Amino acid sequence: MKRFRRHGQESHRDRIKQELYGFNKTVEHGFPHQPSALVFSPSLQLLAIGTRSGAIKLYGAPGVEFMGLHDENAAVTQVHFLPQQVDLVTLLDDNSLHMWTLRAHHGVSELLETGRFTLTGPPGAPPSVTRVTAVLTHSSGDMLFLGTEGGHVFVVEVPGFRELEERNISLENVTNSLPEDYGGRRILEHVESLQENPVNPLQVLIGYGRGIMVIWDLERHSAVKHIPATQQLESVWWTEDGGHVLSSHSDGSYCRWMVAGEGTQSEPEKSEVPYGHFPCKAISKIIQLPTEQGPPFLFLSGGMPRASYGDRHCISVIHSKTHVALDFTSRIIDFFVIRDGPDHTGDPSALVVLVEEELVVIDLQTEGWPVIQTPYLVPLHCSAITCSHHVSAIPLKMWERVLSAGALQNTHYSKKPWPITGGQNLSPDAPQRDLLLTGHEDGTVRFWDASGVCLYPMYKLSTAGVFLTDAEPNDNMNQCTEGEWPPFRKVGCFDPYSDDPRLGVQKIHLCKYSGYLTVAGTAGQILVLELNDEAAEQTVEATVADLLQGQESFRWKGHTRLEVREEPVTFPPGFQPFALVQCQPPAVVTALTLHSEWKLVTFGTSHGFGLYDYQQKSNVLVRCTLNPSDQLAMEGPLSRVKSIKKSLRQSFRRIRRSRVSLRKHHVNSAAKVQEANARLEAELAEMELAPVQRKIEARSSDDSFTGLVRTLYFADTFLSDSSHHTPSLWAGTNGGSVFAYQLRLPPVERRSEDPVSAHPAKEIQLMHRAPVVGIVVLDGHGSPLPEPLEVAHDLARSADMQGCHQLLVISEEQFKVFTLPKVSAKMKLKLTAIDGSRVRRVGVAWFGSSRSEDYGESGLTVLTNQGDLHVVSLPGVKLQVQYPCIRREDVSGIASCVFTKHGQGFYLISPSEFERFSLSARCVVEPRSLVEVPSQTPGTTLPRAQPDGPSVAHRNSTRDTDDVAVLQEIQKSLEGYQPTFLENNVKSALAGGKVLTNGD
Amino acid sequence: MNKHHRVPSNRTLSSVEVKSKFGAEFRRFSLDRSKPGRFDEFYGLLQHVHRIPNVDLLVGYADVHGDLLPINNNDNYHKAISVASPLLRLFLQRKEEADYSAFGTDSLTRPKKTVLAAVLLRPDANRKKPPVIISLPRDFRPVSSIIDVDILPETHRRVRLYKHGQEKPLGFYIRDGSSVRVTPQGLEKVPGIFISRMVPGGLAESTGLLAVNDEVLEVNGIEVQGKSLDQVTDMMIANSHNLIVTVKPANQRNNIIRSSGGGGGAASGSSGRSSDSGASFYGYFTPGAAIVTTPAHIIQNFHPEELESDEDDEDLVIEADGEALPIPRAASASCSMPSLPRYEPHLNLRSTANGDLASSTGSLSTVSTPDRGLEGRSLEEDGTLITL
Repeated sequence: MKRFRRHGQESHRDRIKQELYGFNKTVEHGFPHQPSALVFSPSLQLLAIGTRSGAIKLYGAPGVEFMGLHDENAAVTQVHFLPQQVDLVTLLDDNSLHMWTLRAHHGVSELLETGRFTLTGPPGAPPSVTRVTAVLTHSSGDMLFLGTEGGHVFVVEVPGFRELEERNISLENVTNSLPEDYGGRRILEHVESLQENPVNPLQVLIGYGRGIMVIWDLERHSAVKHIPATQQLESVWWTEDGGHVLSSHSDGSYCRWMVAGEGTQSEPEKSEVPYGHFPCKAISKIIQLPTEQGPPFLFLSGGMPRASYGDRHCISVIHSKTHVALDFTSRIIDFFVIRDGPDHTGDPSALVVLVEEELVVIDLQTEGWPVIQTPYLVPLHCSAITCSHHVSAIPLKMWERVLSAGALQNTHYSKKPWPITGGQNLSPDAPQRDLLLTGHEDGTVRFWDASGVCLYPMYKLSTAGVFLTDAEPNDNMNQCTEGEWPPFRKVGCFDPYSDDPRLGVQKIHLCKYSGYLTVAGTAGQILVLELNDEAAEQTVEATVADLLQGQESFRWKGHTRLEVREEPVTFPPGFQPFALVQCQPPAVVTALTLHSEWKLVTFGTSHGFGLYDYQQKSNVLVRCTLNPSDQLAMEGPLSRVKSIKKSLRQSFRRIRRSRVSLRKHHVNSAAKVQEANARLEAELAEMELAPVQRKIEARSSDDSFTGLVRTLYFADTFLSDSSHHTPSLWAGTNGGSVFAYQLRLPPVERRSEDPVSAHPAKEIQLMHRAPVVGIVVLDGHGSPLPEPLEVAHDLARSADMQGCHQLLVISEEQFKVFTLPKVSAKMKLKLTAIDGSRVRRVGVAWFGSSRSEDYGESGLTVLTNQGDLHVVSLPGVKLQVQYPCIRREDVSGIASCVFTKHGQGFYLISPSEFERFSLSARCVVEPRSLVEVPSQTPGTTLPRAQPDGPSVAHRNSTRDTDDVAVLQEIQKSLEGYQPTFLENNVKSALAGGKVLTNGD
Repeated sequence: MNKHHRVPSNRTLSSVEVKSKFGAEFRRFSLDRSKPGRFDEFYGLLQHVHRIPNVDLLVGYADVHGDLLPINNNDNYHKAISVASPLLRLFLQRKEEADYSAFGTDSLTRPKKTVLAAVLLRPDANRKKPPVIISLPRDFRPVSSIIDVDILPETHRRVRLYKHGQEKPLGFYIRDGSSVRVTPQGLEKVPGIFISRMVPGGLAESTGLLAVNDEVLEVNGIEVQGKSLDQVTDMMIANSHNLIVTVKPANQRNNIIRSSGGGGGAASGSSGRSSDSGASFYGYFTPGAAIVTTPAHIIQNFHPEELESDEDDEDLVIEADGEALPIPRAASASCSMPSLPRYEPHLNLRSTANGDLASSTGSLSTVSTPDRGLEGRSLEEDGTLITL
């Protein structure tokens, strides 16, 4: 009976768990790591990017995002949309072709792989015969032309991938059609480019690597014309009217050829080396587009003079008299041009360039060609991300102030709306305004709108202006001077070079109600900033906090303190620094918390922690936590590297010395030498053969870095007696110590005169000595205390001060609840002892039930060093659910994880991308978007002008394959359904897995 | 020959003559051999006959070999009664003055200086104190043990290392390796975790229960299979205060031989190395040797239920005035026991200064005050916090 009842309770709890928790990786923010291919579908208005890791990502209007991953771990080398369809073809590094489609499912489109194909050559043929180098998706939408390394062109029917052998254009066919005088029919090399005649779908241009181009008639199956370019071919562009072909070459030249007339044309109509005289690099891509009135736009990628500018990544845009060489900060992957008009055949409106580290969009219709700010694919890593901080539910007022401060910074951007508009964003409006703050190596803090699917840049704060650094803040290097050639213009914001590593931002804390922000950095600097809507000129007062407290025996060997500017600095509207604390020694700040109601900031380093009153701009408390025997903590990050080098050098010297001494004594006794040699050899062998081993030893107080402050916490709680609650400060260290201080704040009216005082109240030494990574005080209801000012703004229930408060200390190994004010152990959860994983990141979150609106629970979100996510209940500290999330080898991903207050989180999957995940069943931010098949009206079937004659022939060609098409249809439906089934299977399996984990 | 005749006659009398010596005084009385009663009753009787009702006593008796053996529980009391022939000679000592070195079974190694002589000579101040004080078994702190012998396969060994309150490092290293397992598919090589190195003088080495190349199967009851070296390391460190490792010893020759008759339940044994340190409180002997003591018996002295509780719970809290207190818990009184005996001699020595009265009247107060003082002293010495 008893057992039965308990079983019932468990299943009830399981159901609640299911309503509260659910794990999803929802969306990837930022810029894909190592992009390798780009394509744009004018009809769908979708942009597709392939990456070296085999991912394919589609972007349309802001919020419309799709992602797919190839099973093969090969780089995506080419992506092509099938004209007028929602299908796309990808070519991978391993020579396989993949068909992807956007299928609507419950009103939301999904990106699915529907088929794969690898070209098979005749038996015995070398692999180069079928190695695909060029892909043309024919405008009919049902044929692929695949040019290969061997010089052949294979024709494949899509979407079923059926080889149409009779249509293949073999190298022999082409060479036979070549005129006798063409260089004695040299080998043509690989197919570099395949282009369809914009006005005649039956004509295809085949460009060979050696330079020669052949216009092939598909119906007659013969060459129509030869274009005998003599330079190595890089790319070919067929002008829109079908009258000319532009070819670009490896010597930095491009040629224009007339298409009209049969036979061979011996000379180009025009040949030019744009950055000529001296040898130039190849022009890798050329595009020419007409305008309604006036001269066409010409786009060239590359072609820079090899010696002087060979290292630049440039795209030249030439329009009439305007000639600009857009200078990017990283390698150009590809680019395309968006055109105006309903059929996307009008004037060029925007140039979209994918470079290795960012996506840059240039407005071609506004004077000066300004850059359009991208709503997605933002380079998070324009300077390396060093930390991040998430703030949920920003009040509207504050949000608008940050936005307006950010708007003033973005005046150089184009006012035009985002030109890529495909798909409908169906995801509901974000329930609240969330901010993600990222700290960067160059001392900047970037504010991102993290409310929805698009991580949109709002505001950028630079802290470097407070300090004197080597580099001047106003760098004039990028300003182009008059008459310079080539006419460079720097574009893009990716700038990985940091002027001074000490500026790096390590910790951020923002109070969303008061607009106070504190930012701490690598050289022990802690800035307190206030949001101000007006520009202000002010001097930032620096206060030094001596964390060593006169322990003379230590000598800091790391970097020096940053020098502060003495003179007043003008700060633009936004967050303006007004107070600065500099730790001595200037070690990295490891913990930081701000309490805006008490106007206090607390900070910690590996040497101790301090409390700073930013109202009176004075230190309240400095406490050294250093273990007297911990010399390692005194060596700065730089000197440690040195010391390793030194120790290596020393050990080598020792070996050499012993050998020298051996030689010396050689005469004396040969036996001794032998013995010593043997010993040396044995030592060396041991060094080489020793397996990876781990020492099993209990932690001791003498370990290194036990004094490093890991967490700091402000709480209004019962610290000394159970009848009076007082403000308190809590600090946890790497050595498992917790220090509690009772704070005495003067009454509000005397706050600026009377001093704040801090008195030591308690110290707890955890027996297991594991690093303390979190401290939380739970109120009488067992829920975490609200944030400062949260209650004052009526946004949180005030803490229950009637019941007994509890102290939750989270160490890397255990979760432990103590009673307050008398600290006695109440409950605990031993994590490491059970499964060997350790807490790396922890956050307090509120989980709302997905079923009932008013039910919710507080919990701890935990990420372990094994990359697993856990939810731990409060105040009972019981493991609720566990999900594998990050590979345990991905140390930087685990270290970068940040949790939101509502059960979501972010972590870096590459230096430039945040993966967003959700542990909450209610609070999920994921892209929901629909892409519809473009309407098949005759006018828009072919984006380029309709051909006059050959359309009949085109129809003929389709009729030929009519019955084939029927078969194709069947095959397609068969193949098409299979993945759906698979998908369903996978989903149900996943669901089953979840149930299992819920049930423990 | 003469003795031979007297022994049976005494047995028929079924009473044991007792001669008890306390200081210079002797008391004689007799006990019923068939109904000896319990030890505490006997202890009370001794206090009564010597008229020392409030003195803590150590009771010892001379066995047939002339060794001085302790009487401190029912078992050894009954043993003493049963072997008494004909006279049971008792030697009572004040506990705080006790000379533990007098006790011992190694009369063979010290044939000349008999234990009895030592006891009689004990008050002599000239005598040098032996460097190592060997206390009574219940005053020993366990350092290691082999546990769960009855439920484990014979090829496995579950070793418990009591790091608690111990200065010695655990002192071993582990590494990745591979072991061969028998699976339904036949023999299979699977990754495993092995002990790679022992630190000389460390706890692990001194017990002799663990050795290099032993495969680690479990840590505190949790299987390590499928866990990485780092995970197992972290698990061991997290459990370092009361580490229980189940190993498959590389050397299988010293395995525990389970008595098939099942009489004593579980036999004990170990991969015998040296027994000099006395680190493992189980007797060392080679397989097949006679059982000296039953493990269950000795463990009883150490209140296994206390050892099961988490000793690492005793986080140290220092209140504002700098006074250090172990975190109180419901079972704190019993839980702090394992650590206390270390200091007991000192504490009692101090309390004797106040005379018998103090130690006898308020035993509670004497325990608590020096305890606090002791901790305060340790804090001063190190300048760092000491946990118990």
